[in-house]
Amino acid sequence: MKLHEYQAKEILAKYGIPVPPGKVAYTPEEAKKIATEIGKTVVIKAQVHVGGRGKAGGVKLARDPNEAYEVAKRILGMNIKGLTVKKVLVAEAADIAKEYYAGLIQDRASQRVVMMVSKEGGVDIEEVAREKPEAIVKYPIDPHTGLRPFEARQIVIDAGLEGNLNKLADVLVKLYRAYAGVDAFLAEINPLVVTAEGQVIAVDAKIDLDDNGLFRHPDLAELREVEAEHPLEIEALKYGFAYVKLDGNIGVLGNGAGLVMYTLDLVNRVGGKPANFLDIGGGAKADVVENALKLIAKDPDVEGIFINIFGGITRADEVAKGVIRVLEAGVLKVPVVMRVAGTAEEEARKLLEGKPVYMYPTSIEAARAIVAMVEGKK
Amino acid sequence: MILVDRNTRVLVQGITGREGSFHTRQMLDYGTRIVAGVTPGKGGQEVHGVPVYDSVKEATKAHEVDASIIFVPAFAAADAALEAAHAGVPLVVLITEGIPTLDMVAAVKEIKELGVRLIGGNCPGLISAGETKIGIMPGHVFKRGRVGIISRSGTLTYEAAAALSDAGLGTTTTVGIGGDPIIGTTFKDLLPLFNQDPETEAVVVIGEIGGSDEEEAAAWIKAHMQKPVVAFISGRSAPKGKRMGHAGAIIMGDVGTPESKVRAFQEAGVPIADTIDEIVELVGKALA
Repeated sequence: MKLHEYQAKEILAKYGIPVPPGKVAYTPEEAKKIATEIGKTVVIKAQVHVGGRGKAGGVKLARDPNEAYEVAKRILGMNIKGLTVKKVLVAEAADIAKEYYAGLIQDRASQRVVMMVSKEGGVDIEEVAREKPEAIVKYPIDPHTGLRPFEARQIVIDAGLEGNLNKLADVLVKLYRAYAGVDAFLAEINPLVVTAEGQVIAVDAKIDLDDNGLFRHPDLAELREVEAEHPLEIEALKYGFAYVKLDGNIGVLGNGAGLVMYTLDLVNRVGGKPANFLDIGGGAKADVVENALKLIAKDPDVEGIFINIFGGITRADEVAKGVIRVLEAGVLKVPVVMRVAGTAEEEARKLLEGKPVYMYPTSIEAARAIVAMVEGKK
Repeated sequence: MILVDRNTRVLVQGITGREGSFHTRQMLDYGTRIVAGVTPGKGGQEVHGVPVYDSVKEATKAHEVDASIIFVPAFAAADAALEAAHAGVPLVVLITEGIPTLDMVAAVKEIKELGVRLIGGNCPGLISAGETKIGIMPGHVFKRGRVGIISRSGTLTYEAAAALSDAGLGTTTTVGIGGDPIIGTTFKDLLPLFNQDPETEAVVVIGEIGGSDEEEAAAWIKAHMQKPVVAFISGRSAPKGKRMGHAGAIIMGDVGTPESKVRAFQEAGVPIADTIDEIVELVGKALA
């Protein structure tokens, strides 16, 4: 789950990392008021869950409260990569002397959380990783000790950061504490700024939370923003489905993440475009299948549906019962192809006999059929 | 066969829960030698005739245990795995899905230091066809045969095993290593075991997008593997940055792309199947 910059900075501040004074505004009037309180040049930043805000014109300086009003008015309501800006962060503009990068990620290869620090801050770190990998210091952290001050100081030295060594190291130590404290998946300070007066502050920050750890942080779970995600993804969350909205027109439903990914691959291979990923999970009963299928049917992009089931713990006949309920409810206006195999395959076939569902013995044949049906309609 | 056979004595942690109890029945029916169960606070009960203890230590005082399978809910699952490892159980199979990643980072390190093999989490477990099932897979699709399977997916593994069995090739041991980013055992940890196993003649590696485990496996195969390997990668059409059901199935920047995995296997001389049927075809060819 993604957090906004201002939310990430609130977390960092709670763990003792200096951030520029600032507040969130929902209207130009509020922005003006905050700028007045700050009484210095402010930076006004769109709070949306996408990268590249600056390039899209969503980050601007304002020298006085009136200019803050005007800038906020322009940014609020702006569309950045399909998302409407509903709030802006108004924060004191820092007097930047140096811009660095500090981040924490989960590294699967070392099975550790790895701290990455670079002198090349204020730019896209993935670009630095490609162009100048030697400019990034990577340090795997022992989960049982956390990042200790002596380790942090050495990271600062190895990365060649200039400024107060203890202050810089302190930010790194606290960044790891914050990361572990909120069960983050990724935490970044970019840029980590050393000001002309020698202060070390987190001028921009990004935190993504580990969805699996959210149950420990009900206050953070509440920050999930309905408007920032696809409405069907939010609805799927309520049912506990793994659902991802994609940009095609063939609805896909299956049991098991691997099988559903494979089904998407097959649809693509035969020239189709999936509208979604939906895994009903293991051991799903008829009502789960019913809800899943109704969810797909709600998607206006869907022009055909492919149900791919390999019965194991999930019984194919339970799936068939769910499909029949949806057919009888009359909400399906598009062709449905199905491939069932495994546990209770025969029972499922019998139940579906004479129903308006096209059955195919293999995944690839079913994929070809649904793509042909959807294409044929055009 | 690797790791487990009909003589493996199994403990079930979380045996009194819905999942634990259901799969204990299924495993017993398959022939798995389940000697004890654990649910803290429910010691003294019985589940399908299996005695329940309050802790792994209590269970191992009363029984010899070779492996433990864990059905404990996500918030307590990493702790359960550590409990088994500290009680000296040499093989721990963690089925639970949705475990906080930082719990796994800490647990995997400690369990490895104890010299215990952890499989999972978020995995279907392992099965030696016709011998024992320490997992949640449908046992009947695994016919005893010649092929070892290592997989990050559940359902896809059952598909592959069923197809191999239908084709008369059959399976030896199948290990579902799990779909999470931090797991106890990866492809490259198991390939050497299959390489040594006289019964296994070929190995199928079922990978997916995300991480670099497939690339590491390919490097190991290139350097050491003496048996044919066939690879399969799911999620090849998945968009970047989206988590495809499994927490580990996500392409981050340039890491975890299908292109990188395909290239790595090609360089190792490992043929890549595009469909389940092709897995069978390629294994058949390799063993002809």
